[in-house]
Amino acid sequence: MKNHVWRPLFVALAIVGCILLIRTLLVPSDFGAHERGYMYGWHRKSNEAEWKAVRVKYRTAKVCWGCHKDKYDVIRNSAHSAISCENCHGPNYDHPNDPVGLTIDRTRSLCIRCHSYLPYKASDRSNIRGINPQTHFPQAECVLCHIPHNPKPMNQKREVTS
Amino acid sequence: MVHGEAWTIKEFFVYPNEYIYWSIQIVMYPFMTGLVAGAFVLSSLYHVFGVKQLKEIARFSLVFSLALLPVAMMPLLLHLQQPQRGINVLMTPHFTSAIAAFGIVFTTYGMIVASEIWFVYRRFIVDSVLALRGKQERSAVDTLRLVIYTVLAMGAMDLSSEAMHRDERAVGILAAIGIPVACFLHGYAGFIFGSVKANALWMTPLMPVIFICSAVVSGIALCMFTYIVTMEIRKLILTWKRKDNPWLPSTDDLKSAEVQVVTMTAKYLVMFLVLAITLELLDLIFRGYTAVRSWDILRSVIYEKDFTKIFILQYGLGNLIPFILFLAPRLTVRRAALGSLLVLLGVFMMRWNVVIGGQAFSSSFAGFMEYRLPIWPDSLENFKEGLLGALTVITTPFVLFFLVTRVLPVFEVKDSH
Amino acid sequence: MMNRREFCKKAMIVVGGIALPLAALEVFNPMRLQAEKEGPGKVRWAFLVDTQKCVGCGFCVKACKIENEIPYDANVTRTWVERYVVTRDGTTHIDSPKGARDGFTTMKIDQNKEGLLDISPADIEKAFFVPKLCNQCDNPPCVQVCPVGATYQTVDGVVLVDRNWCIGCGYCIMGCPYSVRFFHPVYHVAEKCNFCYHRISQGMKTACVDACPFGARRIGNLRDQDDPVTKIIMTQRVNVLKEEYGTKPQVFYLGFSKEVK
Repeated sequence: MKNHVWRPLFVALAIVGCILLIRTLLVPSDFGAHERGYMYGWHRKSNEAEWKAVRVKYRTAKVCWGCHKDKYDVIRNSAHSAISCENCHGPNYDHPNDPVGLTIDRTRSLCIRCHSYLPYKASDRSNIRGINPQTHFPQAECVLCHIPHNPKPMNQKREVTS
Repeated sequence: MVHGEAWTIKEFFVYPNEYIYWSIQIVMYPFMTGLVAGAFVLSSLYHVFGVKQLKEIARFSLVFSLALLPVAMMPLLLHLQQPQRGINVLMTPHFTSAIAAFGIVFTTYGMIVASEIWFVYRRFIVDSVLALRGKQERSAVDTLRLVIYTVLAMGAMDLSSEAMHRDERAVGILAAIGIPVACFLHGYAGFIFGSVKANALWMTPLMPVIFICSAVVSGIALCMFTYIVTMEIRKLILTWKRKDNPWLPSTDDLKSAEVQVVTMTAKYLVMFLVLAITLELLDLIFRGYTAVRSWDILRSVIYEKDFTKIFILQYGLGNLIPFILFLAPRLTVRRAALGSLLVLLGVFMMRWNVVIGGQAFSSSFAGFMEYRLPIWPDSLENFKEGLLGALTVITTPFVLFFLVTRVLPVFEVKDSH
Repeated sequence: MMNRREFCKKAMIVVGGIALPLAALEVFNPMRLQAEKEGPGKVRWAFLVDTQKCVGCGFCVKACKIENEIPYDANVTRTWVERYVVTRDGTTHIDSPKGARDGFTTMKIDQNKEGLLDISPADIEKAFFVPKLCNQCDNPPCVQVCPVGATYQTVDGVVLVDRNWCIGCGYCIMGCPYSVRFFHPVYHVAEKCNFCYHRISQGMKTACVDACPFGARRIGNLRDQDDPVTKIIMTQRVNVLKEEYGTKPQVFYLGFSKEVK
């Protein structure tokens, strides 16, 4: 080549060519702008299915009703009717296959989520009857005296009221 | 610990997921690309605008620009949570994002600098090839050097005056194209911050311009400082060598950094410094004057929490003192060296105050986050995003520069211009 | 050496030539055209939060963490609840201890480094809870700034993150005005609430909606006129967060107050 000035340009073009070649190997074929256009929809389409395939852990109280109708009915007619079983017993996963039994959370920290009284008038929190967790039997578990499935005061365990 | 938790201290109300995610490496990145852009602009002052006194420092800063370029990648690779996927920016670039511009701009700029250096050094390369070929006995090092220079020559062995003339023109064109590309390289870094509407401190259209001006300032300052230091070191080495070998030439032949060159370079430095300061002060004044919703928390950060970093270190030591040093009459080489060093400190603090300062307050405007730079790395993450990671980044360009100058020397070389 | 006129002529031709194929790329995006022709899709997810009903129990946060496999003890969460306590002197105290994973069990305000602040009940003028989650914005700034197309919006409005493509630069995290995004402590990529996409895509509700005993959280389909959530959004006074950012968020709040950040 008479004019050597173009040589660096050829090297540059070769590098760009390499990048484009590597691109065809590394970029998945379903990568594109798709329905939402380039600005908001530039992605690998198969990722959507990957997210849909994530395992469901919480199966809703309806599933619990299938086998535990008795307990379900007791709760549904109590002050705790709106609380989903899985809130206190953990997610269903594949119960009864795996896990065979769900945990029964007997700790204080579970109950005081709602029943630590907070005097917040602008919020429904102040409508929930509660105690001061520092002063109300701080060493004891709530379930020693209270029955979570049917928390009416008259249902407090005999040992305490006597 | 989640990413960011180790070096973030929250105060009052900060959103649960808020941490200082962009830490020291994101401060280093615009600092390094700024040095790259500035060094290139300095060298172009000679190649494009023909400022003859800058010839020596022009070659120096061009090679330094090349040594800095791979280092500009380092902070990013150290910061990315998935650095092995960094290539995705070139594979599926999303150009609505300023960071996607990185791939194209960086590659283009790299090719321009490499090409320009090739044209500048072509005569030297061809001379070296011919000299090494003519040598009767070649050592292993000589053979290696012959291979390197032959590959670099790319077969263009023509040294006629016509070919030299073509080289000179090519250099001029590349330097001219290179200036806007260098500006883009750093301007887009400013755009990365300026376009984030979620961050009250970053969001301003002035950000890209402020970044470019302070980049040029830092590049010129770095080249001036390194040039002065390198000249002094060469004299020291020669004096030391002469102790055992008195027949070596005296230091009188080794010129010191010329006061005229330094004075001229300092002039350009001051020009861009004035521009950078004007824009930054303008931004601050506007914010205080308009006092929008975010002003309360920003004022706490700027005037209280970061007062020392902003007004003492950045504006005081980094801008005002160098200003006085450069503008006082009868500039000496020593004063210029000190001034450049302080300017570099000021530019670094500017990057720090933008990146870290922008994360010093919560997006809730109701809380603060304090940044504790990890000093001793007790994990890989604390090394990468800590003091040692930053030191690695800042020392690498000097190492690379040393290595490059073994192949393409910057002093006493017959080149194409 | 060409003269100025020739240069201008050639420049215009070059610019025009480049602009044409670039414009064609946008106009002839077949998928986008198809989507626009068929009209808006059948589903557009939206969320409704009632801040009067929220009591700050934190069951939603716990359920979300377990359902979406966010490490329980990690100090990041896809959703959280904020507490606002406005005292007599006009100060607004805000906190969210561990994102409300364990609920709010004390009146003391958690001020992080500044410690716990005692507030006497007599000083409280008003106090309430505000659940927060990703707004799945119509103009998501996080998607706009992703450099590699790892985060995107589906046709039904949910913004997702491709865990296999994200490079972990954090630009989306910085770009979100609501600070809902974070780095997943295990996968080391960007992460955020995705309306439990795996649940809503098969007719279930999100984990947080199912967990809330008080009905403070609800999810619905804006395109379905008979959806009770849609009806509330259309007919009652609802508000959104940080509307001035132009993100068009799709989480609507009842009982919004000026103190909410």
